[in-house]
This record gives sequence, C-alpha cells and structure tokens, in this order.
Amino acid sequence: MATVSMTVNGNAVAADVEPDTLLVDYIREHIGLTGTHVGCDTSQCGSCCVMLDGDSIKSCTMLAVQAEGAEVTTIEGVADNGEFHPMQQAFHDNHALQCGFCTPGMVISAIDLAAKNPDIDEAGVRRGLEGNLCRCTGYHNIVKAVLAGAQAMKG
Amino acid sequence: MSGFNYHKASDVADAAGKSSSEDALPLAGGMTILPSIKLGLSDPSDLVDLAGIGDLKGISVDGDTVTIGAMTRHADVAGSADVQNAIPALAAMAGGIGDAQVRNRGTIGGSIANNDPAADYPAACLGLGATIVTNNREIAADDFFKGLFETALDSGEIITAVRFPVPARAAYEKFPNPASRYALVGVFVSDGPAGTRVAVTGAGANGVFRQGDMESALGGSFSADALEGISVSEGDMASDLHAASDYRAHLVGIIAKRAVAAAAG
Amino acid sequence: MTEHGIGVSVKRKEDRRFLTGNGNYTDDINRPGQTYAYFLRSQVAHAEINGVDTSAAEQADGVLAVFTGADLAADEVGGIPCGWGLTFQNGDPMIEPAHPALAQGKVRHVGDAIAVVVAETRKQAKAAAQLIEADLNQLPAVVDMKKAIEGGTLVHDEAAENTCYDWAIGEKADVDAAFDEADHVTSIDIVNNRLIPNAIEPRVALAEYEAASGDYTLYTTTQNPHVIRLLMGAFVLQIPEHKLKIVAPDVGGGFGSKIFHYAEEAVLTWAAAKVGRPIKWTAERSESFMTDAHGRDHVTHAELALDKEGKFLGLRVRTLANMGSYLSSFAPAIPTYLHATLLAGVYTTPLIYANIRAVFTNTVPVDAYRGAGRPEASYLLERIVSKAAREMGIDQVEIRRKNFIPSDAFPYQTPVALQYDSGDYEATLSAALEAADVDGFAERKEAAARDGKLRGLGYSTYIEACGVAPSAVAGALGARAGLYESAVVRVHPTGSVTVFTGSHSHGQSHETTFAQLVSEQLGVDFEAVDIVHGDTSKIQFGMGTYGSRSLAVGGEAILRAANKIVDKGRKIAAHILEASEADIEFADGSYTVKGTDKAMAFGEVALAAYVPHNYPHETLEPGLEESAFYDPLNFTFPGGCHVCEVDVDPDTGVVDVVNFTAVDDVGRVINPMIVEGQVHGGVTQGIGQALMENAVYDENGQLLSGSYMDYTMPRADDVPSYHVSTEETLCAHNSLGVKGVGEVGAIGSTPAVINAVVDALAEKGVTDVPLPASPQNVWRALQEAGA
Repeated sequence: MATVSMTVNGNAVAADVEPDTLLVDYIREHIGLTGTHVGCDTSQCGSCCVMLDGDSIKSCTMLAVQAEGAEVTTIEGVADNGEFHPMQQAFHDNHALQCGFCTPGMVISAIDLAAKNPDIDEAGVRRGLEGNLCRCTGYHNIVKAVLAGAQAMKG
Repeated sequence: MSGFNYHKASDVADAAGKSSSEDALPLAGGMTILPSIKLGLSDPSDLVDLAGIGDLKGISVDGDTVTIGAMTRHADVAGSADVQNAIPALAAMAGGIGDAQVRNRGTIGGSIANNDPAADYPAACLGLGATIVTNNREIAADDFFKGLFETALDSGEIITAVRFPVPARAAYEKFPNPASRYALVGVFVSDGPAGTRVAVTGAGANGVFRQGDMESALGGSFSADALEGISVSEGDMASDLHAASDYRAHLVGIIAKRAVAAAAG
Repeated sequence: MTEHGIGVSVKRKEDRRFLTGNGNYTDDINRPGQTYAYFLRSQVAHAEINGVDTSAAEQADGVLAVFTGADLAADEVGGIPCGWGLTFQNGDPMIEPAHPALAQGKVRHVGDAIAVVVAETRKQAKAAAQLIEADLNQLPAVVDMKKAIEGGTLVHDEAAENTCYDWAIGEKADVDAAFDEADHVTSIDIVNNRLIPNAIEPRVALAEYEAASGDYTLYTTTQNPHVIRLLMGAFVLQIPEHKLKIVAPDVGGGFGSKIFHYAEEAVLTWAAAKVGRPIKWTAERSESFMTDAHGRDHVTHAELALDKEGKFLGLRVRTLANMGSYLSSFAPAIPTYLHATLLAGVYTTPLIYANIRAVFTNTVPVDAYRGAGRPEASYLLERIVSKAAREMGIDQVEIRRKNFIPSDAFPYQTPVALQYDSGDYEATLSAALEAADVDGFAERKEAAARDGKLRGLGYSTYIEACGVAPSAVAGALGARAGLYESAVVRVHPTGSVTVFTGSHSHGQSHETTFAQLVSEQLGVDFEAVDIVHGDTSKIQFGMGTYGSRSLAVGGEAILRAANKIVDKGRKIAAHILEASEADIEFADGSYTVKGTDKAMAFGEVALAAYVPHNYPHETLEPGLEESAFYDPLNFTFPGGCHVCEVDVDPDTGVVDVVNFTAVDDVGRVINPMIVEGQVHGGVTQGIGQALMENAVYDENGQLLSGSYMDYTMPRADDVPSYHVSTEETLCAHNSLGVKGVGEVGAIGSTPAVINAVVDALAEKGVTDVPLPASPQNVWRALQEAGA
C-alpha cells in the first residue's frame, strides 16, 4: 500500500492503494467519481480518458502511483459551476451522444484536441478522435460537435 | 494485475540499480508494459519509474544531429519545431504513433526498448541510422534491434537518449493494421550521412529490418521508379488475419515506393 | 406544432447527466457489503470435464465461495432457456439442448464458464480463479458450418449432424417451376460475416438477496428487464416475480447483445443468496468478446429467376445459420422469422422458397444484432439484384424500378407471410438519387481515376419489418412470449406527469421522444413530463427494446394511456363545468364546453382529480393515472434507399467511403434530430460489417479477433459525414403512423457499400468481393481477377 495524493477537479485527494492500482480504478473506486468509464482492456476505446496536467490520457493505462502530485480533470470537473463547458454545450446542441457511455472520454479528448488545434477541420477532428470508440452515433454528430465546440472555445 | 513493487527512480544510476534484478522492468510511458501486465502477458516483480529523472527528457539539435532524451514523449517530438525543421519525417512519424493519448504518455525510449515488431520508432531509428545511448554505452541502431521484442540492452541497462543524424531527405509511410492501428507495414526511407536506408516495420516475421535490395537501388537513383520490380520474400514476412505474408510482401513494395516518393518530394 | 411537440428536434433531456459524468450505469452502483465475482472460463472450444478441483481456490485470500456446474445442479438450478421454438420441415420440434449456467459435463466454446469465484475484491477473485484445476479432456472442435452438417464430432449428442432445425418457407415445387421458365438465372454465394456487437459498456451484473424478506434484486445491463425477470425467475431460479426485482439503469448501448438472458445474471442472483452478500461482476472486454452473443454468420446460396425484361420470377435461398454452441434467448427466430420472411424485399417477386438450416458449432452463441436477420436478407437480395442487373446489362436503378411493389398496391401480401401496410419505394429512391448527385457520378469517377483510384457507386433499396410485435404472428411462428408493450401515465396533482414505460432506452432517447409525445397529447409542458423505465418494481410490465419497437409499440402504448387520461379528464371537467361529457372538447391542454367560454386547464383538472370534493364517487374515481397494454395488428415496414460511393486504391485494396446517402421512410418522425442520429449509427455499423468487422475463429475454435487489437471497430476516420433524410408514408395500423428507425441504417447500408465496391472493381474483372471488403480481401479479389 502507498498513499497516493493528487488534485482531482481542483480538490486535493489521497488514498492508500496498491502499486498496481490503475488510475481509473483510483478515480472510480477510491475517489468515487464514476463518470470516467472502462470500456476495454487494450487501451483502445478511450472511455477512460481524463486530463492529466493539461493532456488527455487513458486512465486505464496509467498507474495511480504514476499520477502522484498530478492535476487531474475528470468529466465531473469540466463544467463550471453547473455551466456547460463550450464542448459539452456543443455535444448537447449537436446530439453527439446517445447511450452516453463513451461520452466522458470523448468530451475530454475533444477538449484537448480543440485546445491544441483551434482551427481544426473535419479531417483533423476525425484523425484526432482515433483513440475514442463510439458505437452509437457513427461519429457524424460528434465531428459536428467538436468543430462547433472548437469554434466556441476560441470565443 | 498481479502485484509488483513500484519504485520511482531518482536518477539513471538509481534506475539501473533497481531494474537490474531479473524480474524488474524499467517503466517509461507504460503504453506497452501496462496493457501487457493487465492481460497477464507480463508479470514483473518490480517496476522502476523513470518519469522523475529530468535528465532523460528533452530535445536538442547540434549541427547535424538531433538528440532526443529517452523519456521524451511522442507528442513532444511531433510538436518540436526543432525536429520539424531538422528531420520533418521524424516529427511526422511521431505524430502518427498510436492515438493522441498514447502520444501524450508514450516515450521514444520505451518504444525502442520494447521493440514491438509493429512499432514505428524502430523503423525510424534503423531508417535514419540512429545511435542509441545508454547509461553504459552507445549502440548503433543496426546493432540494437534483435528480433521480436528483443534488443541489445542488458539487464539494468537504461536508454538515456537517441541521436539521429540529420538526413538530406527522409520520409515514413505507414499502412496501419485496420484494427489496432499499429503498423501492418511501415517503411522509413532516408538518404544522407548514414547512407541510403530503407527500414521496414510491421511486416517482418522477425521484427524491424533493412531492405538491402531497395537500398542498393535507391543508392543508384533515389526515386520510386528505382524500386520497380524489387520484391521482398514472402518467407520473411509475418502473417496474421489482417495480412497474410504474400499481401504483406506486396505492401512493403507499395509503401516503400510511397515513402520514397514523399522523401524525394 | 409547439416548441417541444411532434416533429421538432428537441434537445435531449438525458444529455446533462451523461455530459457531466452523472450517468448511473450498472458498474457505477455499489451495495453495502458488496463482493466480486470472477468466472473461470474455458480456454478450449470443446472438451469433456472430468473434474474441477476448487479446493485451493477456496483457501485463497478473501475468497467467500467457489461454485461449479455441479453446485448449480445440486440446487436444481435450471438451464438458460430459449424463448423461441422452431420446427423441422416435418413438424418435429427443433433440437434444444440444455444450456447450464455453469458448464456441466462439457465445455462447448472458448469462454464457456467452468466455475465462479466470489471474493472480497475483484483482484482476489481473479487470483483465486487461477488456482482452480479443471481436468479437461479436449475434443475436436466443430467450427465450420459446412463441415458441421457432415456429422462427425457433435457439439451436442442429441443434435444429429449438428442440426438444430431444418426449416423452410414457400412452395418449393412452384418456385422450381418458375426457374424452369426463366430467361435468366443469377446465383450468388454469400458468407454473411459473424459480427461482435461491442456496445462500449461491457455487461455488468450486481445481485443481492435480503434474507429477511426473501427479496432478490438484480442490477443488470439489459435491454428488457421484465423479460429477464420472466426467463430467469420462472425458468432458471424459480423465484416468483414479486420476489425478484430487475433494475436496468443507464445502459451503455445494446444493439441486441443485451436483450438476452445471460448465465452470469442467474449465477450471481443464485450465489448472492448462497453467500449472503451482494455480488458484482463486470465483464472485461476480452470476456465480452467470448461471451456476448455474436450476430449474423450465415452461409447462403441464392438464385434469382428473371424473365428477359428483368422482371423477377422467383427466388430460391438455402442458408446455413450458425447458432453457436447453445441456443441464446431468441436465436432460432433470427434466420427464420426475421430473415426468410423478408426475402420479398421491396419487389413483386411472386414465388419464393427459403430453406434455413440452423447449425450448432463450438463458438459463442449467435443471436440478434442490430437488424437481426433483416440485414442478412437485404444483403442477399440487394447483392443478387445488382448482380443480375450487371449480368443482363440492365441499369441498376432500372432493374429495381421495374420490380418495385407500386405505391398503390398496399396492403401488399408477400409470398413469405408478411403483409406490408404502406410504403413508397419510388419516392425514397428518387430522393436518394438526387441527394447523392448520381448524375454527377461519371465526372467524379473520372476525377478519381486521375488520382489512381477506382470509384464505384452502389445502391440498396431495402425494406425491413420492425416494431416487433404482433403476439399472434410471433406465437404462430414459435415465440413463447407475447410481444406487446405496456405503459402507465401518472398525472400528479399539480399537473406534472410521470410516464412508466416497458420500453428501455440504452441510447434511443426515450426520455425525450416519449416526453414530446405526452407533452403534445396532454398539452402539458415538455419539462413537466418525466419518463421512467428499467425497473420492474416501478413499471407494471414490459417486453423491452429491440427490433425498433420502442416508438411503434411502446410509444403507442403510452399514447393510448394518455388518451385514457384525456377521457378521464373529460369526465372530471364535465362534472365540474356542469356540462354533458359529450359537450366537452379537449385541445391544447384545455377542456372547454362546446360553444361556450367555459373552460378548465389540464392542470386544474389534474388537481380536481386529487381533490375530489363533491365528486360523484359512484361514477368517477379520484386520481388521474391510466394504464395501457398495446399489441399491434402487424409489424411496421420501414424502407428506403441507400446510395454509397467508394474509392478503391487498387495498389493496396483500401476502400474509402467517400459519399453515403440514406433516404429512409420510417413513418412519422417525432424528433428529426434523434432519427438522423439513429441512422448515422446504424449506417456506421453497416459500413463496419461491409468493410471492417469480422469475428474470426481458427479451426480449433479459438477466437482470433478477440480484442480491439484484431476486431476492427469503425473509428471516426474510417467513415465520412453522411447525407441523411426521410420520406414519409404513415404506418397504417398505429395512430401515430410511426414505423421505427433503430435498425434501418444497419439493414440498408451494407449491400450499398459492397455493391459500390463491386462496381468500382468491375472494370478489373471482379464480380464479387467477400464480407468484409477489408484491404486484404479486396487486394486478393483483384489478384484473382488477374488485375
């Protein structure tokens, strides 16, 4: 057991975990934030994406101990006092989610992508979301939403 | 996950010491080790995290050489103006590894130490004639990659940096596995101080390799047309449900031509 | 049309919780004292079980119990039942082997569960499972269907030639006669590839038992909680309905794979009572690949007889349908009831004969996956029609037009049991031709050729039968349950409304669409309507969501309950306004006395219903809550036209979908935004089947495509943006006129894609490509054509 401390959504958190505890399990089971999901075991689906020190990462492919001292933002920390982040708003406006399971990871990836590529085009969005699987939407509305969200984030 | 000890190494010597026991492994970005452990394919006793060693990160360009610290992430290589200027093919290659999240964690050192037969970096190292620098020695890429997941590294030997000679021209083309997006066939070609090089990843039954016939042909004329008629042996190719060896052999020819065309501009 | 009424793209009510991480999926639920289950699964496809030694696992850290098939048998736990019975052609019942929840005697597929460990933590359960010693005597595996029906190794001793049933529809002699008369016969061999549904949420079950009350609760990732209660309670565990609660909270996609009753649900529910603590099981994705029911997997030979003008005279189909190792809940119905009956398509083919032979193999059970039988039917038809046109030199559009059922021919009785109620296939075709700019194709093909690409155009004019219901039809075709739907509309005293539906949303947006319906029907604010689903303790009954039935069956049930509310309100208004009930009119949320200005708002009536001062209690009950069960008269029949344009790279075999147009007739559209979203998703799964997805077994029954490293899921950069629109003919037998949209995308798209690939490759001499048209398969087709 090791005490692992980090900042999650602006709050200092700490928990005693085994070294083999994945960051996603730390987030879901020790911190109790269940918005971050697990959809596969081969680091492909992206449902577990969170922001770590400003970059989107797959929290199923990182140990909690590796995130010691890090700043983590999960989907629960994206909205600002109940106000949707522009990317969340764009997902809502463009019907970019159906069952909602991939959505947290998709939104996190989209925010990272748009923040680093403010003038991104459709092809760039499609390439940029390579690490996130969605089985419901066929990506059509997700792509529309990310383009709209990227514009809104600039403003 | 079946339990291991975790150590955060303070410097390279510390990392080398802690990872020298038989079942210990250095941990870089973890993009391969962690999935392997999760699926029960790897069961280390100890993981020695290199992330805290500042010396291992960063990119420098000195004259005709680009040096990349072992713990430099793919995203940093892809986004580096220095790399983009000196070896644009290397920056582009790094920008095409895995997905955005892999590029935000995965490192050059981790990738080449793992030597996955479908990874991109081994092709870049071999295709550019890089030198792998460890805590003990310098190893030419030509001597480094030893087959599937095997390298010249000794137990407890830690990669500290990779040095790339700046080529006159180079390009990397990848035909991704449709499912995993790893390279089904990836070809890195270059022409420069390290000679004319054609390095192929993804395709070989025994991992990354140089294609001598193509290199000879390109030595005469660095053009896609020069590769016309050169075939690679099916017998040397890997085979799986996405590409049997004959298709892989065919793709090596096609992708190599595309790489040469891109490099020749 | 109001702001939130029928026909408006109202933004979804469910979005806020999903976008902020506040969804409530099964794995998000934790119960006090919860333990964890891990299933030890067979790594071989076929073996006799000589014995299972669990003693070391039982002693491992944190382990509470280890159970095997023998423990279930000792407790007389029943097998997993099948909900559908088919017959052989001679009337004999299908072979229906036992399906123990934990293997007994034999394991029959890689992933078959041998034992379950219950422990304090997931990690302990998994570690202990590795200590179980299963003594297996490996047997040869039966994998290929054509070999399976030759006999030899049997998956089940009672199923000779590994045949579950050999069933037929149509008069073979009449059809054979039509072929004798034909000017042209086109034949085709098709392997409809096996798919793995891959909802992104893996299956999860969490069971608990309260000893004091004898009540069981199972939280599970299902599309139909009441059906699970029925199947598991009545047939497996003998728990009466009032003691068994099934909760399906937010469910992360289903696509059919979460319809079925799975062994893990029963084992956990049973074990929770044994252990006396709640138990959770969460599938790892690798486990999903080898335990979630797979889809499709047909091997078909089909022949189409035509006259010299290209009119269809007859269709003959022979299909082997893979059942896998055991019969999943609805498996026997898929290649028969939902496939063979669709073989008329949108055409006037007068004579059709189909022979379906269902085959056991040592593979994961196969059952419904988005479209379920209908994609196989549309694929077969649209491929053979396109092939016939090519062989006869008839234009692809012309051959379809020539054979369409005309729009004035409805109701139209097909030769394969169905009666279509409405449709206009010319309307969807011509709209699609325009939207896809087919006129400009030749120019685009030339431009593509300049880039070294082969461009092709492919069509599919498809129909499907959905709104799966009529109990009478289903019963006649072997269903062991009814297929109606139920709803309760509860109007609260202040006029807000809670709707309880037996439909279940796992992405379909019911909370929005159903609220639009009720809002419009009762004239109450959209925000004042909430939809409740997925809990057998709250919902009176339900048959769940699959077969695009939620709106056409579930929505109609809601509408009927809402109409009863309107009628009850009329009585209340008549009493209070001192008028005759016949003189009360209801419109826009207000009851008025005809010809007067006397009126009561719906909300006032609601309050009056609960404040029954001065009520005629003999004739009027207090309260405002109504229930309805709705069993439709017929299926609904969405149809349409999909047009696909592809570029093929002849050097690599890579196919790029450059344009995709879908014009669908799904009946009345309640929420266009949601309808389009359903089509986008379905089309992508259809493109996935056409170009990428494939479940591949080796000859030993090992699943080679057992993870996302090898099973190609469509990603954002694999598909383009789509052109999607609708044409509307109303369903004739429900009052909304709705047909259903959940599956049309997956049903119509796959043949359009492959027809486009074949069109692109035609100039190289290629006449067929296998599913999926992966780069390797396309390259090989080119090689074989000598191109």
